[in-house]
Amino acid sequence: MGYTLNFAAVWRGLEQLLQGLALSLALAIAAILIGAVLGLALAFALKSKSPWFNRPATVYVTIIRNLPILVLILFAYFALPQMGIALGKIESFVATLAIYSTAYLAEVFRAGLQTIPRGLTEAGLAIGLTNGQIRRSIIIPLMLRNALPSLSSTLISLFKDTSLAAAISVPELTFEARKINVETFRVIETWIVASMLYVATCSVIAALLRIVERRLAIPR
Amino acid sequence: MSVLLEIQGLHKRFDATEVLKGVDCSVAQGEVVSIIGSSGSGKTTLLRCINMLEDFQDGRILLDGEEIGYDTRDGRRRRKPEREIARQRALTGMAFQQFNLFPHLTAAGNVMLGLIKTKRMAKEAAHQLALHWLERVGLADRADRYPGQLSGGQQQRVAIARAIAMQPKLMLFDEVTSALDPELVGEVLQVIKGLAADGMTMILVTHEMRFAFEVSSRVIFMNGGVIGEEGDPKTMFVAPKTERLAEFLKTSSFN
Ligand SMILES: Nc1ncnc2c1ncn2[C@@H]1O[C@H](COP(=O)(O)OP(=O)(O)O)[C@@H](O)[C@H]1O
Ligand SMILES: [Mg+2]
Repeated sequence: MGYTLNFAAVWRGLEQLLQGLALSLALAIAAILIGAVLGLALAFALKSKSPWFNRPATVYVTIIRNLPILVLILFAYFALPQMGIALGKIESFVATLAIYSTAYLAEVFRAGLQTIPRGLTEAGLAIGLTNGQIRRSIIIPLMLRNALPSLSSTLISLFKDTSLAAAISVPELTFEARKINVETFRVIETWIVASMLYVATCSVIAALLRIVERRLAIPR
Repeated sequence: MSVLLEIQGLHKRFDATEVLKGVDCSVAQGEVVSIIGSSGSGKTTLLRCINMLEDFQDGRILLDGEEIGYDTRDGRRRRKPEREIARQRALTGMAFQQFNLFPHLTAAGNVMLGLIKTKRMAKEAAHQLALHWLERVGLADRADRYPGQLSGGQQQRVAIARAIAMQPKLMLFDEVTSALDPELVGEVLQVIKGLAADGMTMILVTHEMRFAFEVSSRVIFMNGGVIGEEGDPKTMFVAPKTERLAEFLKTSSFN
C-alpha cells in the first residue's frame, strides 16, 4: 500500500478538532432543547382527540420524517434567503435541526404517553387538579421515564446529524476534519481521529442517559 | 338531617346510547348510601357524573346547594369553566376500582399532591398532614413506599387516604374491593367502616352485599339506568318490593 500511518500532523490539529466537536455539541444541544419543547407540545397534539390538533400535527411529522435532513438543511440555507428569510449558517442549521428533531422527539414522546393509563388523569381530576397540573405533575414525569430508553438513540442520532452542517460550511467536527485532511493530506489518520471523537461522544451521551434512567427508575 | 347531595332528573348519554335515564335521589349529611345493581346498570356512570368525570346532558346535581358542572342562565345550560369544575371536583373524593395511584410518587407523595396543588399547602405542612391521613388508614409505616412496593389492599388504602386528605364533603367509592385478592378485601372494608363511623357522608358502589347490609343507612338498586328501588338495608335485602331486585339478590352472593 505504501502508506505509513503518521498521526503527528493530526495531533497538531487536535485542538481544532476539539473546537469542532464543541460546536457540534452546542448545535445539537440548542436544536434538541428547542425540539424537545416543541416536540412535547406536538406529542400532546398527536394524541389529542380534536382533529384541529391531531391533523396538522400528523401532517408535520409525516412530512419531516419523509424528508432527508440534508435536503432540509440545503433548503433552509440556500432557498429561504431567496424568499426573504436570510439566516446565518449556524442559526440556519440550528433552526433546521430543531424542526427536524421536533418531529422525531414528538414521536418518542407520543410513544411514552401511550402506555399511561387514563385512570391516573382521572385520579388527578378527582383531587381537584387542573389538566395543566396533571400534565406537569403526573403525565410528563411518567412519559419521560417511559421514553428514556428510545430517547437515548434519538438524541445520539440527532447529535450525529450535526455532521451534515459541514455541507454549509459550519465549522463543526466534520468540517474541521475535512480542513485538516486537505491541509495535511493525512486522509486515514484524520478520519480515524474524527470517527473516534464521534464514537466517544456518543458513548458518553448514552452513559449519561443510562445514569438518568437509573436515577429516575421507580422503586418496586 | 340536612340534604348534602341532590340529584334531579339526571340523564347521561354516550353518543346515542342513553345510560342514565332520569335519576332522582338525595343524600343527607352523614348518610352512607350503597348502590347495588347488575353490571352495566349505570352505577359507575352515576358516580362519575357526581364528580364531573363525565359530562351529562340533562338534569342537575346539587352539592351542599351548589350546582355541579353546569350553569343555567336565561334557560341556557353551559358547562362551568374548567377551573371552577376542578374546584368542585375537590369537594367530592373518589376511590376507584383500580386504585389509580401515581406510580412515581411515594404513598406520602400521592397524598401530598392534592394538598400542595389544590389546597396550596406548603410542602412540609402537606407532608405532616399526609402522614396523619396515612396513619388513619393504618399505613403510617409505609409512607415512603412506592405503589409498586405495596400490596393491592395497601394501595387502595393509600388511594382512600389521598381522597379523604382533601376533606371532601362527600366520598364516592366505586367497587373499591373488586380488584383485590379475597384476603385483602377485609382491611379496606375496615377502613371504610371507620370513616362511616366518623360520620363521613359516602356513596359506595359495591358487590359486597354483606358489607352493604352492615354499613349503609340506605341502599339504592340501579336497574337499566334508573333507580329500581331504594330503602333501608333490612327491607331491601329481606323483603324486596320489586321482582327485579329479588331476582338480582338471588344471583348475587350474600356472604
Ligand atoms: N365511556 C363509555 N362509552 C360508551 N359507553 C359506556 C362508557 N362507559 C360506560 N358505558 C356504558 O354505560 C353503561 C353503564 O356502565 P357503568 O356505569 O359502568 O355500569 P356499572 O358500573 O353499573 O357496571 C354500560 O352499558 C356501558 O357499556
Ligand atoms: Mg361499574
